[in-house]
Amino acid sequence: MTRIRVYSDKIYALWLREVKVFFREKSRLVASTFTPLLWLFVIGSGFSSSTSIAHSIDYQKFIFPGIICMSVVFSAVFFGSYIIWDRKFDFLKSVMVAPVSRSTIFTGKAFGGMTNSLIQVSILLVVGLIIGVQFSPLTLVQTIVIVLLLSFALTSLGLTLGSYMTSLEGFQMIISFVVFPLFFLSGALFPIDKLPQWLSVLTTVDPVTYAVDALRNIILGIGSHPLGLDLLILLLYSCVLGALGTYSFRRMKAV
Amino acid sequence: MTKRYEKLTAVDNLSLNIEQGEVFGLLGQNGAGKTTVIHMLATLLKPTSGSATVNNFDIQKEPAKVRTSIGIVFQVPSSDDLLTGYENLQIHAMLYGVDPSIREKRIQDAFELVGLTDRKDDQVKKYSGGMRRRLEIARGLIHSPKVLFLDEPTLGLDPSSRETMWKYIQQLVKQEKLTIILTTHYMEEADMLCNRIGIMDKGKIIALDTPTNLKLMLGGDIVKLKLKKHDSDITVLKNLPYVKKIESLDGYVVLGVDDAKKNIPEILKHVEAESVEYSSPTLSDVFLKLTGKNIKEQAEGGFLERYVQYDKN
Repeated sequence: MTRIRVYSDKIYALWLREVKVFFREKSRLVASTFTPLLWLFVIGSGFSSSTSIAHSIDYQKFIFPGIICMSVVFSAVFFGSYIIWDRKFDFLKSVMVAPVSRSTIFTGKAFGGMTNSLIQVSILLVVGLIIGVQFSPLTLVQTIVIVLLLSFALTSLGLTLGSYMTSLEGFQMIISFVVFPLFFLSGALFPIDKLPQWLSVLTTVDPVTYAVDALRNIILGIGSHPLGLDLLILLLYSCVLGALGTYSFRRMKAV
Repeated sequence: MTKRYEKLTAVDNLSLNIEQGEVFGLLGQNGAGKTTVIHMLATLLKPTSGSATVNNFDIQKEPAKVRTSIGIVFQVPSSDDLLTGYENLQIHAMLYGVDPSIREKRIQDAFELVGLTDRKDDQVKKYSGGMRRRLEIARGLIHSPKVLFLDEPTLGLDPSSRETMWKYIQQLVKQEKLTIILTTHYMEEADMLCNRIGIMDKGKIIALDTPTNLKLMLGGDIVKLKLKKHDSDITVLKNLPYVKKIESLDGYVVLGVDDAKKNIPEILKHVEAESVEYSSPTLSDVFLKLTGKNIKEQAEGGFLERYVQYDKN
């Protein structure tokens, strides 16, 4: 058996486990699909009736790319930090005692997180069709690329945080100090062109901003930055966070 | 090997040679350092100083080769309970790089060996505590390791599951040509399963021998006599070759005797006794003698107790 086959089997095994667990934990799946829908319909419709956003686009459609990113932020960061559970239940120990390198474990996990995000986004895309968002095959492919990039970056972030945490209490901290700021500062719910300066600075460092902007470019044809720039910055974040995650996994204690 | 934490020395300059093909037991109380030894040998922990080889591979220089050579069953079952037994084995077979052409056969054989074939498609959360342990053993064997580590394989199991587990381990020893290293704080378990036992206390091995020899350390079987005449002469007993020790206690004469079963009738020819009782020393007696402590046969606290609950179903 070739080396590559052995290696890809290991990644596949780690990925397979994540996907199976994802589909079997129905409550997690339902809850994480329901929240973005709530935002899209309640906030979206609510503000639609009273706010008019630049480009004279319906508010609900305006936030649709933002809601896609929101679902990625939640699913990817949570997925990553769920590694605390794997450690609590010793599953991770059984993987770490196998002849599998830490970077392979990281890659398998990241692929799992990307798949989870992609499945959730697919559900949202169908909802998008229902509320009247148009997709060409090209926009669909572009959207998937952006979603995968963002979810890789954020799963890496979650895995990094999770690898340093020893207790489940840290989870609440991640929600308050990572997940919500990433989402709110991304301009998912408002245009980022005319913000006060302090807010503008924060928005600029938030990687999610560029995913939201890219998706607005792709789906609605409006954006604050050129699509190429969004893509470049997202790629950069993915590389940095991926490297950080791999490093954190290498130094993570097994027991 | 030594493993030191900030204030605690978990394993203190331990030196140990385990033979190929033997069942070696590390016996000791909770916190004696047994699990730390296993974790170091399994490359999950780095020793503070010293090193070891497993299957001739250095645990620090060739961890990947060590990992391929060993199977391990952790104290707390670590299978994913949302997956079925089969899926757990399948995933681990892939992680260990078991060749796809023999993968299915291996998985089947492993299930066969631990008697879980008819439950392989059930989710692990539906398994009892004993079945979980057996699944872990099957998982540990999936890549045909040379050495199998069993860390407290029956901790938290009820007596009947424990006996079932012993049966499977003994069968394993017969069928597979494996070196097994197990830790336990159950005396009976060590006695029944192990060829040699190392008694650990405070990070050190304080005695190492076969269970029989360890028990012989105590000076054979214990015979308690109540004599008819209280102050009768017992010096005659002292001269018998099989009597190792002699003591008077609360009106009884207590003897340490080799092979009491055979020699009691002989002893009774020399003295007139009102009553006789005898007992063979157990490993618990050995442990008590060596450490001055009774071994506590209880589950460790915290997270583990939740698993102990599983068996009450």
